[in-house]
Order: sequence, then structure tokens, then C-alpha cells
Amino acid sequence: MTERSMTKSKWYWGIPLWILAIAFLAPFAWMLSTALKADVDAYKIPMQWIPDPLLWDNFTTVLSGATSVLPAFGRSVFVAVLRVAGELVTATMAGYAFARMSFRGRDKLFLLYLATAIIPAQLLLVPRFIYFQRLGLYDTLWALILPGMFTVLGTFLMRQFFISQPAEFAEAARMDGANEWRVFTRIYLPLATPVLSALGILAFVWSWNDYETPLVLISNPDRYTLPLSLTNFVDEQGQIAPGLTMAASVISIVPVLIVFVVLQRRFIAAMTHTGIK
Amino acid sequence: MATATATATVAAASAARTGKEPGIKPRGWIGFLFIAPNLLGVIAFTLTPLISVIVLAFTDWNLVSGLGGITFTGVDNFVAIARDPGFWNAVGLTMVYVGLSVPLTVVLGLALGIALNRPLPGRAALRAIFFLPYIVNVVAIGMTWLMLMNPTAGLVNQVLGAFGLEPAWFASSHWALPALIVMVWGGVGYCSLIYLSALQDAPRQLYEAADIDGAGAWAKFRVITWPSLLPTTIFLAVTLIIGASQGFGLIALITAGGPGDSTTTISYYMYQTGFQFYRFGYASAIGLVTFAGVLILTLLTWRAQRGRALND
Repeated sequence: MTERSMTKSKWYWGIPLWILAIAFLAPFAWMLSTALKADVDAYKIPMQWIPDPLLWDNFTTVLSGATSVLPAFGRSVFVAVLRVAGELVTATMAGYAFARMSFRGRDKLFLLYLATAIIPAQLLLVPRFIYFQRLGLYDTLWALILPGMFTVLGTFLMRQFFISQPAEFAEAARMDGANEWRVFTRIYLPLATPVLSALGILAFVWSWNDYETPLVLISNPDRYTLPLSLTNFVDEQGQIAPGLTMAASVISIVPVLIVFVVLQRRFIAAMTHTGIK
Repeated sequence: MATATATATVAAASAARTGKEPGIKPRGWIGFLFIAPNLLGVIAFTLTPLISVIVLAFTDWNLVSGLGGITFTGVDNFVAIARDPGFWNAVGLTMVYVGLSVPLTVVLGLALGIALNRPLPGRAALRAIFFLPYIVNVVAIGMTWLMLMNPTAGLVNQVLGAFGLEPAWFASSHWALPALIVMVWGGVGYCSLIYLSALQDAPRQLYEAADIDGAGAWAKFRVITWPSLLPTTIFLAVTLIIGASQGFGLIALITAGGPGDSTTTISYYMYQTGFQFYRFGYASAIGLVTFAGVLILTLLTWRAQRGRALND
């Protein structure tokens, strides 16, 4: 901790931050608390933070039976796995070529890529909706998976990484008679493991939390992914079933929470990396 | 995540300018093969739709009439947009939303970033806690807020009620938009993280020199910290402006643009036009105009930074 030499800090500086942190956590605590309560107790005054008794029924209902979110959970996993795998493969290859290979029109093409990166997703939803309807992909999971496999952002991140790698490795390998594919897979790809895992984590979280795309491109509740399925517990009058909705919400958070807790350092590095570095 | 998309663009603007790298020999078409899988996907799912939007913006088309029902109407859509009170209402609301939420997020993120850069008890845990709302899906967050801000029974008004305040939040056309701004909660942690990484690069020697000169904390912040954070601030402002102007999930989920049209921001207005009224031509035109507007705003912000950097 190099800052320690710079700033002599006092422990009580932490107090306001911890109070703020508790405020940040409060909605999550409320979420969990409500998930373990009967609906009649959800809005009870004063609020009971630790339900008595702890009621696990909401979780049982949400995990089994007609209203189970498990199928949606499975679909979210399916979509995320294919999206992440596809994005990692295509983005790595393209990013490598943009950084370490040369061909006609490379830089112009890359500028075109950059230009598309600021297109808001919503702008593209109208034509995607039309195309997917024509192609028979509307209301299928492929409408969520396919566009997510080919991203400009992933390509850009990988290019930024490969461009920082020395060119001499490739020169030496080519001298030894390695072809371009071997240079890429045997030399540069192994170096990229940390960046690949960072991009993988981010791509997973984006896919897992995506609400807007399925809202527009999926209509059959039997094909809802997890975020959409959370709205199943709202009735036609807009009344929310508190216990069930919060139990399902807690379940939807668990995977990202695990990814986050286990890979926290790498995740935060990935965020700052996509940010400014 | 729109923020991340914008991030790439901003950072790339400088990268693209670097030009040729030494040590790369022309390899003909092999490089193209490496790019092909990604490029084909980008052409199919991004470029083609983009071109379609531009074409559709000059047509009158509702989905019901089928592809044969597309009629070119020239600039009619754009003329109609100029006269559409619904559109201007949405523009105004979007500007209020962006204008309130972006500065708030940046200021809180900066304060938090600086605080978290100090040695503190449980600093790693604090960083994780503040970042947590950013990675949770919008539906879980939206549902939670909707219940917490329930005017009669929600926890927020139970607390505020003690002070005699009980706004109707999402049920009130005055309070619905401010209630959405509370959601900066999610962006603050992200901001503080970016600031944190910028602070780690702050010039140490300058602080040491300032210490020798006996400069106070405020002087050090004003003269050293703030200028060194300016590029980060501009960057965050740009990405947050782009992100907030596309804000959609919470509105679709919580207010559906209401009550009345008090939270119909521009992206929700476009969604309504396209996917509720199936006026695809008009929706495309709205999308295009908005995109142009945000692009100009982004370039201006970016320019401001470059001008500033040159003056320094």
C-alpha cells in the first residue's frame, strides 16, 4: 500500500464511508429479507429486517412448480455461454489481426468499427426486430445469442491488448517457419489469458443482465430469459407479489455475485481497463 | 452496457491515430481471414441494421402493412418530428434527467473515489460494496425500488414520513422523474472505480513538493488532484451522458413513461413509437435525430477537453 506513505490516515475516516456503504447495501438486505417473508408482512410498519419465522416458501415456489424460474435460469445460462464463447473467439482473432497483422484497408476498417461502437443499441432494435422476423429468428434465443457473438467492443479490447505485445515474438517464430495461425495460437493467445478472462467476465455479466433485447425480441413467456421472467410475478393490475419477486431477484443475482466475489480483483481490473487504461 | 460501448470509442479515438506500428510486415489476405468471422457478424447484425435505419427514416411504414407497404416520404418524418410536441417533451425530460443524474453521479463518484484511495479499515470490502449495484440486473433493482418507494407502504416513505414528507414518487407526475434519478446509486460505484484507477496514476512528486511548500488539503486538491483528474472527468461525463440519454430499462419497467408522459424520455418515446404503435419509419427517424444530437453533444464535450488541454 503505497498510499500509506503519502497520506497519514485516521481510522475514523472510515465511519462515514461505512454508513454510506450500509445505505448502499440496504436495498439488497431488504430484497433478501422480503424474499424470506410472507406477502402480508412485506409492507409491515415498522419494517422487520430479520423475518420471524424465516419463510423459505417463496424460494421453493420460485424454484419449483408452474411458476419456476429455473427454466429461464437455464436459458440465461445457455445464452450467456454461447455469447461469451462466440465473442471470445471472434473478438480475439479480429483484435489480433487489427493489432498485429497487415492487410489492405485495415485502418479504415478499424475506424468503421470504432464509429459503430457509439451507435446506441436501441437504434438498431427496430431493424433487428424486422430482420429476425424475416429470418424466423424472432422469438427464439438465437435473436439474443447471434448479435452478442460478434461485438465491436470485444474486438477493440483485444486489439488494445495485442498492440501492447512485442512484435519480435512473431518475427522469431516466422523465422522458424511457423505459419500465421501457429504464431497466433501458440505465442500470442497464451499471453492473452488475463485479458480473455476479463472480457469473458464482462461479456457474461452483460449477457446475464440484458433486459432490453429480450423485451423486444422475445414475446413467448416460455422463452423468457431470467431478467424478463422476474416480471412474471406482477399481475395485470401491476401489483407485485413481493415475496416471489424478491426471491426470484435474489436467485438472479447469485451468479453475478459469485463471479464478482471469486474474481473481484480481476473484475475490477477489467472495469478500469475498459474504462480508461 | 452502453457505458462500456462508449468507453471503447472514446479511448479508441487516440489509439486510431497512432498509425503504423514497426515490426509488422504486410501479410496480404491472411489478416482478413482472421477478421472475417467477426466482420461478417458485425455486417449482419450491426452495419446492415444501421443502414436500414437510415433508409427507414425516410419512409412511412407500419409493420401491419407488410414489406410492400413501405412508402418513401422524403424528409416528412423529420418535419413531423420538428412539430411533434411528444418528441420535444421527451427531449426536455431527457435533458433534465441527464442534467441532474450525470453531475450527481460524477460528484459523488469523485468524492467516493478520493475517499477510497486512502488507507481505511475494510477498504477492499468498501470498494466491492459500492460497486455491487452496478452489476445487478435492472429488473431486480427496478422491482426493489418500486416497492421501497411505494407511496403508502414503502420503506422510503416510512422513513421520510417521520419528517412529514411523503412524496407519491412513481405515482406522481412531479416526483416520478426525480425518483428515477435516485438510481444514480448504480453509477456512483462505477465512477469511483474509474477515478480510483486515475488517482493511482496521480503525480506523486507534485504532492511531495506541495507538502514541502506546506500546502493544505484543499490547495492540493485544486492545484494537483483536480487537473490530473480532468481527462477522467470528461471521459466519465461523456460516457454517462451517452448512457443516461439511452436510459430505458428502469423506465420501461417502473413507469412505462408515466404518469401521463412525465417520464417519457427520448429512448422510451422511440420504443413506444416503434414497438407499441409499430410506426417503424417514424421511430427510425427519431432514433437517427437522437443519435445525431448525442453525437454532437459528445463531440462538443470532447472538444472542450482538447481545448482545455492545449491551454494548460
